[in-house]
Amino acid sequence: MSEQENKTTYLDKRSSRRTFIKNSGLTVGGVVLGGALGSLLGKDSTSKTNETGVHSATTSVNFNQALMYFDKAQFDTIEAAAEQIFPKTEVGPGAKELLVAYYIDHQLAGSFGLNSKEYMTGPFFPAEAVPQQGYQTHLNRQQVFNLGIAALNTEAAKKSDDKPKFANLTEEQQIEILKDFEADKVKLNGAVSSSFFFSLLRKVTIEGVYADPMYGGNKDMAGWKMKNFPGHQSSYTNVLEKDEFVKIDPMSLNSQHQH
Amino acid sequence: MATKLPKTDIVLVGVGWVGGIIAAELTKKGYKVVGIERGKERSTEDYFMAHDELRYAERKEMMQDLSKETITFRHDMTKRALPYREWGSFLIGEGTGGSGEHWNGQTYRFLPYDFEIYSETVKRYGKGKIPKGMMLQDWGITYEELEPYFDKFDAMTGISGEANPLPDSPQIKYPNPPMLETPAIKLFKNAAKELGYHPYHMPSNNLSQSYTNPDGVSRGACQYCGFCERFGCEYGAKASPVVTVLPVAKETGNFEVRTHSVVRKVLHTNGKATGVLYVDIRTGEEFIQEADVVVVSAYQMNNIKLLLNSQLGRPYDPVTGTGVIGRNYAYQTILGTAVGFFDKEFNLYGGAGSLGAQIDDFNGDFFDHTDLDFLHGATIQITQLGDRPIANNQIPAGVPTWGKEFKDASVTNANRALIVKAQGASLPWQDNYIDLDPTYKDAFGDPLLRMTFNWKDQDRQLMKFMGEKSAEIMKKMGAKDIKINGLEVGDYDIRNYQSTHNTGGVIMGSDPETSALNSYLQMWDCENVFVPGASAFAQNSGYNPTGTVGALAYRAAEGIEKYLKTGGLLV
Ligand SMILES: Cc1cc2nc3c(=O)[nH]c(=O)nc-3n(C[C@H](O)[C@H](O)[C@H](O)COP(=O)(O)OP(=O)(O)OC[C@H]3O[C@@H](n4cnc5c(N)ncnc54)[C@H](O)[C@@H]3O)c2cc1C
Ligand code: SF4
Repeated sequence: MSEQENKTTYLDKRSSRRTFIKNSGLTVGGVVLGGALGSLLGKDSTSKTNETGVHSATTSVNFNQALMYFDKAQFDTIEAAAEQIFPKTEVGPGAKELLVAYYIDHQLAGSFGLNSKEYMTGPFFPAEAVPQQGYQTHLNRQQVFNLGIAALNTEAAKKSDDKPKFANLTEEQQIEILKDFEADKVKLNGAVSSSFFFSLLRKVTIEGVYADPMYGGNKDMAGWKMKNFPGHQSSYTNVLEKDEFVKIDPMSLNSQHQH
Repeated sequence: MATKLPKTDIVLVGVGWVGGIIAAELTKKGYKVVGIERGKERSTEDYFMAHDELRYAERKEMMQDLSKETITFRHDMTKRALPYREWGSFLIGEGTGGSGEHWNGQTYRFLPYDFEIYSETVKRYGKGKIPKGMMLQDWGITYEELEPYFDKFDAMTGISGEANPLPDSPQIKYPNPPMLETPAIKLFKNAAKELGYHPYHMPSNNLSQSYTNPDGVSRGACQYCGFCERFGCEYGAKASPVVTVLPVAKETGNFEVRTHSVVRKVLHTNGKATGVLYVDIRTGEEFIQEADVVVVSAYQMNNIKLLLNSQLGRPYDPVTGTGVIGRNYAYQTILGTAVGFFDKEFNLYGGAGSLGAQIDDFNGDFFDHTDLDFLHGATIQITQLGDRPIANNQIPAGVPTWGKEFKDASVTNANRALIVKAQGASLPWQDNYIDLDPTYKDAFGDPLLRMTFNWKDQDRQLMKFMGEKSAEIMKKMGAKDIKINGLEVGDYDIRNYQSTHNTGGVIMGSDPETSALNSYLQMWDCENVFVPGASAFAQNSGYNPTGTVGALAYRAAEGIEKYLKTGGLLV
């Protein structure tokens, strides 16, 4: 495909998405859009990139939604598991809507997944260690996730013959499996326990809900909005002595970075 | 072969709070000081993108790289110690300014009782009150002797605070007025007062107003930005070495800092140090920096490691209780807390590292221990540091830690949960100690430190008592639901952050048999080596350490000058 053709196909996709949003009750990610197009284009597009039709269309794509580490099946498993840990409720969006699985994927792809700032020199004594001694496996976090995801699907296969994937199970079945992981009822391998994987998964899920959106989760700062957290602000001197609660629209670090 | 560099007057191992103070004091007097710092050079501009909870608070951007160096840990001498592979219980800084860059700034003076804890305990309760195995000992210096050094540290950093209303507590005049009084702090103060206690604002090293210190350094007021603990301050409002003592030292022209340089050993012959051996980690080259005086200012743990790996001082033996390097390791007994849930939403997203209030009624020996099964005590406090969303997920007792209920409770209570907590004294025991690990090594092949530590009944009883006191105050504050922690504390857990208030290991005292340093922080066994830092504390108190660390650094600076003039042991 030539570059030109490539672009055209891509633009077609975008416009059909726009049409879809126009006609579909105007909600994206649980947030009701005022003027569909205006909100869809976002703040950046008004400032810089809306001069040509081509550019304004591209700003609605979240280029961050692609995978750096997981394969598609792993991604689906983690997306489903994260949603059970932090589900969508009346109080606000859940992990899936907040793009937490992308956040986890991106974190695992880099230094965090490779444990590059952790002491990973042997010998390792995972069986002898007590939990209070902390991380004691030779596996890095990528490897822990690989094992954990495989085990989630092995457990899923025990529950359902026709749809043997964790992501395809009912909510109740998924929760049951995660509870077994948390209680160490599932065996991963000798080097790491299922509860260790579970607590790591819980930790990164919460991070993905609330870390600055530049990391790929907390979509549109919706995690912060739900918690009434204003993100990055320069000063609260005038707020702190007030008796009433002061709601402040959140800002991300993007607002601090002018270029 | 290591390259020998021209001799200097004083070489510092590490350029954090202690290194910075010593550098400023001695360069002002005209001495040449070289600071060797393993991390990078820092400046306020580095903190431009500081409001990033993931990078700084969760991934510990400003902390030591554990892949290169860590400690090992076990609960008791019969077990195998295993490496502290990822950050948890305490966080050790790196780069110029050390942990003084990402600290909170809660700044106290230890009590007169702390410095004479053994004598005072025996005087009031008799020797029998000290349980077997508890290594209480006096520090070889009194509060009165230290007072002028405390004053210096307070003035240099510009503490904002108010007098402690508790009768018999030392009366301190702070250079700046206290920080703001938020509704949550007011609630705490009123409740504590109603219960007959003596609340006051936490002494803060986040400036309540702009301030010029005696060195002529001016800094602006704190903005209560809420990204303080674990972060650098982009305003320079938080006192740190980078915005106080280091520019003063540099200004003299007598100070040189060599960053990215790790000291491996203090070199010595015939009971005197000749200098230090370090590696420039950018080039891999080894250097010897010779000096008349070596100051080990590398943080409590690294101080111990350096001495043990340099074969300086007599290593401590936990079986006989003899020897000194590694003796009296103590921590902070901090798990007695009460979490209160309110209907009202507070503006908890804002705050500052040392914004809070507290009572000292149950700290030290301000209360009678005759019928209690623990010694010393804790300060009971409320803080408003800025509740960050990844870390702040308070849920009432009984709510699961994930799933729908967790999500709704943690989100709803984000600005509705207040915590009253107790910061308790950890006292020294014969079998809580530090030595070298027989198995694990750092990036250079030098042995790691091995920590052998666990809570004792003393700590458990103290935490239970303080958890209950905290809950009593929380109840008066009007919480609709209260969760009390610390009632049943198990083994010490290195996974959960508690505090970076590690103390002891190279303690001061008046007897070379039971202490490594004299009251000038000078090594008994090597007169031109000084080791200031919390490693010199004979025990911990119910306070954060750095006010006392700062005072001891000023005291050491005076001692070093004396030594350079007269030589010999100063005491
Ligand atoms: C998150 C956090 C919050 C804190 N809050 C408070 C608080 O509110 N109140 C309080 O009183 N205290 C607090 N502290 C503790 C406080 O930061 C320390 O007490 C203080 O910084 C100790 O000063 P120091 O000079 O001994 O060590 P540091 O300031 O840590 O400096 C030591 C320096 O030595 C360097 N170094 C170490 N080893 C070597 C080597 N081999 N070669 C070369 N350089 C080396 C390090 O890189 C570092 O820069 C806090 C600490 C942390 C981590
Ligand atoms: S809270 Fe105050 S002192 Fe702390 S970083 Fe923010 S402005 Fe600086």
